[in-house]
Amino acid sequence: MRVFITGIGAVSSIGINVSENFESLKAKKSGVEKMRFVETIHSDEIPAAEIKLSDKQIFEILALEKSGFYTRTALIAMLAAKEAFENSGIKISSDFKTGLISSTTVAGMGKSEIFYDKYINTDFSNGFIKTHEASDSTEKIADFLNIKDYISTISTACSSSANAIMQGARMIKHGILDRAIVGGADSLSKFTINGFNTLMILDRNQCTPFDADRKGLNLGEGAAFLVLESEESVLKNGSKILAEIKGYSNTNDAYHQTASSPDGYGPYLAMKFAMEMANLNPQDIDYVNVHGTGTPNNDLSEGLALKRFFGEKIPKFSSTKAYTGHTLAASGALEAVYSVLAIQNNVIFPNLFFKNAIPELNYSPETNFIENFQVNNVLSNSFGFGGNDSSLIFSKV
Amino acid sequence: MNVFINGASCISPQNSINYDEFCNEIVVHETLFLESINPEYKEFIKPIDSRRMSKTVKNGIIASNYALREAETEMPDAIIVGTGLGVVSDTEKFLEKMIENNEQFLTPTSFIQSTHNTVAGQIALGLKCHNYNFTYVHGGFSFESAVIDAVMHINEGKKNILVGAADEMTQNYYKIIKKTGNWKTEIIKNTDLFKYQTTGALCGEGVSFFVLSSQKNQNTFCILSGTQTIYKPKNSDEIQIRINEFLSHRNLQVSDIDMVILGVSGDYEQDKIYYEVQNSLFMSKYVTYYKHLSGDFHTSTSFAMWFAANAIKHNKTPDFVSLLNLKPSKIKNVLIYNHYFENNHSLFLLTEA
Repeated sequence: MRVFITGIGAVSSIGINVSENFESLKAKKSGVEKMRFVETIHSDEIPAAEIKLSDKQIFEILALEKSGFYTRTALIAMLAAKEAFENSGIKISSDFKTGLISSTTVAGMGKSEIFYDKYINTDFSNGFIKTHEASDSTEKIADFLNIKDYISTISTACSSSANAIMQGARMIKHGILDRAIVGGADSLSKFTINGFNTLMILDRNQCTPFDADRKGLNLGEGAAFLVLESEESVLKNGSKILAEIKGYSNTNDAYHQTASSPDGYGPYLAMKFAMEMANLNPQDIDYVNVHGTGTPNNDLSEGLALKRFFGEKIPKFSSTKAYTGHTLAASGALEAVYSVLAIQNNVIFPNLFFKNAIPELNYSPETNFIENFQVNNVLSNSFGFGGNDSSLIFSKV
Repeated sequence: MNVFINGASCISPQNSINYDEFCNEIVVHETLFLESINPEYKEFIKPIDSRRMSKTVKNGIIASNYALREAETEMPDAIIVGTGLGVVSDTEKFLEKMIENNEQFLTPTSFIQSTHNTVAGQIALGLKCHNYNFTYVHGGFSFESAVIDAVMHINEGKKNILVGAADEMTQNYYKIIKKTGNWKTEIIKNTDLFKYQTTGALCGEGVSFFVLSSQKNQNTFCILSGTQTIYKPKNSDEIQIRINEFLSHRNLQVSDIDMVILGVSGDYEQDKIYYEVQNSLFMSKYVTYYKHLSGDFHTSTSFAMWFAANAIKHNKTPDFVSLLNLKPSKIKNVLIYNHYFENNHSLFLLTEA
């Protein structure tokens, strides 16, 4: 059974829809800046990739009722899911089982952290108590798009939405669903910024993935969704196929709660199994959208895993996180959307701000925006805390 | 393909480490919410590690080890966990420090432990398990999603899947959620839960793990015949239709069910759905309740599944799970129906192996 991508939607610091994202990628325009929306004492020293819209502006774009309680995570999730849904042209009907599998790590923390003190120490109460849970943004999308057949939410740290894509594809293959809207969303919060700050892995300037002098990552916020359909659903709908999901794999590094193993064994296994499933050889991969967070640990470990997997012939690769920051749960789906764009447009995106190769690796990422490059197969990696490693393979149809 | 439950372990507010002990006596709690009875950690966790782990992570490690041991499985082909809230205690610890110290002088330990996938990650780390590792966090569908995923793995040809649920409640988080009106605001005795006609569910917590296998063995509890989620059904009529469909897809009818486990939570308003379903479908059935034992929480169905698996395996249930004693001579088919605050409804069917 084949699973096709027929719709994409994305909102990030470099654009509030897919075409804006694509234009920024072409123009080498990074979304990393001084923070404007999150109120934190770190805003002068730590840059981040915020979506350039206030909650109120997103509210208005979505034409939501004023009385509802919407977290920023839910708002950006709805915006991206709506775009993917409309892009696919599918309609909800009882003839097709349609599911929604979303993902998030921060969930409603952006609001909880504002009200927490008042919740605990006073009688104060509001509707954001109920939006704290990870299921909230998923149910907001489900109710907005009228999806009822199956809904779920995944949280596997920074690999969350890659896993949502995998899960949607599996449920279609098992015949449990005919279509799945899959992806994830994470907004920035003080909690996340301070958490990553204590780990001392935040770059004080623009991050430089895969560079010898990389200092750490930039946090970002974003949401991205894809519509997956079975062959039968595609045929009956006449949906336009954007790409096919040929391979996926989920493994665990089982090395450390937050750090990657020095040799990148988990990442290596994820790529290996995804490739085996896709029935492709390493030389069939035209582009790798690496996880490439910009931390010393991730990039070295992922780099060594790439070397082990591809040998001397490493395909063109880049991290797009210098554009978008690390959008955590959303990153896998956001980069899946970018992978689909690479396939659709025969382009490869540059790895911004790269200067020198990591000494242990004798190769460099792509630094130019390349056009007219035949892109048939893309490998996309997402790794996370808890040792979670996921690889996805997207192919031209 | 049959999916066998070959290992089942539960840490809850009851003596659930051992099913006989669980049946012997109900543990009485007179607290705002029910807290788990924690086991000895020494056997599985080094004291140095134990100090920095929250109880839910520890209970996850213990319960998963027991379930794997029971199933005689050393290395599961997948580790899948459902949790509504993740590790609340560490989330709070970091959040409180951040607010108190105005974002300064923070240390990473509680932040690292606070991520939703900590339990699944720590189990993998302990077992050195490089296989599939997943965490579902969808409210009252968290455990259900994990089980549905595990069953897909068996159908994909995998042999042994470790699947479980972990949720914890803390004093401070309860202080907050109590304000929603969904939970009890007064201290009651859990043994009297169904006597009160008040609103608000009795909150609880717990950790359960199961090994689902493609092969039967000497320790097999039962067959897991089905799991289904139902999102925001219109009314109890729709639920009844869905229950009948769920059974007929498995060539069964309500008359084939020997025991029904309902998620009646002690909330007078929210429980109306259960009573409507019970009155129209299960009038003559052996109907049991469990939330006076475990309390209500996102993944409480994992407690119900542990109870159902044991009831089938041992053909034994304690008297304190049912208001009417209509216990059948043989428990073969058990249906679980639960809903989490009317949004997330779910069904499980367990059958004698």
